Amino acid sequence: MATLAAADVTPDAAQLLRWALSDAFVITRRNLLVWLRVPAYIVFTIVQPVIFVLLFRYVFGGAIRVATPGGYVSYLMPGIIGQTAAFACFATAIALAVEAQAGVIDRLRSLPMARSAVLLGRLMADGVRMLITILVILAVGYAVGFRFQNGVLPAIGMVVLAEAFGVTICCVACFIGLVIKDQEAVQAFGLIWLFPLTFVSSAFVPIQSMPDWMQAFANNQPITLVINAMRALALGNQPGAPPLNPNLWEAIVWLAGILIVFGPLAVRAYRRVS
Amino acid sequence: MNERAAAAISVQQLHKSFGKVHALRGIDFTVPRGTVMGVLGPNGAGKTTAVRVLTTLLLPDSGTASIEGHDVVREAAAVRRLIGLAGQATAIQIELTGRENLEIMGRLRHLSWSDVRTRGQELLDRFDLLEAADRPAKTYSGGMQRRLDLAASLLGDPAVLFLDEPTTGLDPHGRLQMWSIIRELAQHGTTILLTTQYLDEADELANTIIVIERGQVIAQGTSDELKDRVGGDVLEFTVVDKSRVDDAVRAVAGLSDTDAIVDAETGRVALRVGHRGSQALVQAVRALDTVHTETAGLALRRPSLDDVFLAVTGHAAEADGEQPPSRGRGRRRM
Repeated sequence: MATLAAADVTPDAAQLLRWALSDAFVITRRNLLVWLRVPAYIVFTIVQPVIFVLLFRYVFGGAIRVATPGGYVSYLMPGIIGQTAAFACFATAIALAVEAQAGVIDRLRSLPMARSAVLLGRLMADGVRMLITILVILAVGYAVGFRFQNGVLPAIGMVVLAEAFGVTICCVACFIGLVIKDQEAVQAFGLIWLFPLTFVSSAFVPIQSMPDWMQAFANNQPITLVINAMRALALGNQPGAPPLNPNLWEAIVWLAGILIVFGPLAVRAYRRVS
Repeated sequence: MNERAAAAISVQQLHKSFGKVHALRGIDFTVPRGTVMGVLGPNGAGKTTAVRVLTTLLLPDSGTASIEGHDVVREAAAVRRLIGLAGQATAIQIELTGRENLEIMGRLRHLSWSDVRTRGQELLDRFDLLEAADRPAKTYSGGMQRRLDLAASLLGDPAVLFLDEPTTGLDPHGRLQMWSIIRELAQHGTTILLTTQYLDEADELANTIIVIERGQVIAQGTSDELKDRVGGDVLEFTVVDKSRVDDAVRAVAGLSDTDAIVDAETGRVALRVGHRGSQALVQAVRALDTVHTETAGLALRRPSLDDVFLAVTGHAAEADGEQPPSRGRGRRRM
């Protein structure tokens, strides 16, 4: 019987690796297909960030003074891209919570597929989704006056950093979604900490405009460090303007640190689902 | 070939607890290759826990279980290549079409794209889903979603198929359709373990049945063997004038070694009369005539599994309310 023979053959390491990659791609494709089929998801991931760009550019922008070359729209774009990358994780956490709750993860675990594929495929699909959002925001940004001022490679570097940041936050969200396993709870309080963390940062306003006690936090928290680094990559240091603090290494160390803590926690939570 | 080798599923002394809830308390059974085993029991009896251990989703506290000779704990990867799990349509991504759902499940079983397409097409055709194949699964009826789910689990030609309450919540038509599919699979030699709360379903589909209650096997055998435990045929009638029920019961008492079961509210009387055939019917008519009691619906019938449940447990087959937490703590496997 062919099926019985198949079970007795132990696949070698190379075969297992090929399967693991193929499984992760299958799950990625599935998640992206689902995203494309649900209009609400598209609105949430494309339309909403665009509205944010326009609101900040034209409603709040006039009242916010910055010393950045190019004015507020130059200051804003790296901030809003960072914020969008961070908020992409809501969809990650909710999707995993729903799959855990509905028994989808159980069913997938009964298949001879790689254990890593569900999480990897989720992160890869969310990374692609995030990239599409970032590119749309950049296009809108260009339409309302934003320009990269530091060359092509640093501009690409900014997008890569935003992706790395977003995927890192998605890892945290994987853990939260798999532990809470309840869509409403994830939406209501699982990720509420992201709001103060992104707004009490250099994303939308210069930190100097905040009260002293808040500045101490805002100056040293990871989202500020990441967004400052993105800003430096996008705009560069220009003569006559105050130097932009690169923060790049600090940002990378922070992201690596978060990954080292939450990556294994997410994997552990995945193993314990059901 | 010894007995162990011929067994598709072999379970010995399986224990599993979730905190204080003992979901499985030493379960033993064997399913020979190519047969259908019905696992029958009320909600919370331990059926789903048993399936979850056998499909490598849950680690047992003690005891062993193997699929085609592969231990579900030590050789979990091999077991996953041999089994299919279906039931309550949980693997279906409702935003995607039926065809896309099958493609995903096939690819996750490492079939080639061309195999996935041809096998997928065959299964869609066989399960009467071809017309709906390119519509999102959320437009499907409950029965269609279950059939798609079952089709998805068959893509890798599993040697052993686990069906966890495959007809729970389906309408009668959907249920009959699912039955005929399961029967067909069994005819093709697939070993099937089927859990159900429905006695008629186990009766209809299974070669052998185990009855589980509170984490233990309380009865085991073919449908006929279980029915024989009830003690042959059941004589049933309803006494029209309910005040005369006692007279009627006294009159027929001589026909059986056991006490009649009386439903005082409806006046319905049931009596085990052994294997006397229509003789019992004739005697009953005479006995009831001597006390001048008017009865309705006098009939002799084969015992149902309801009678079996009553005979083995002393109560009807109802949920006992001791539901193990489906997502509780305890040892799990990845």
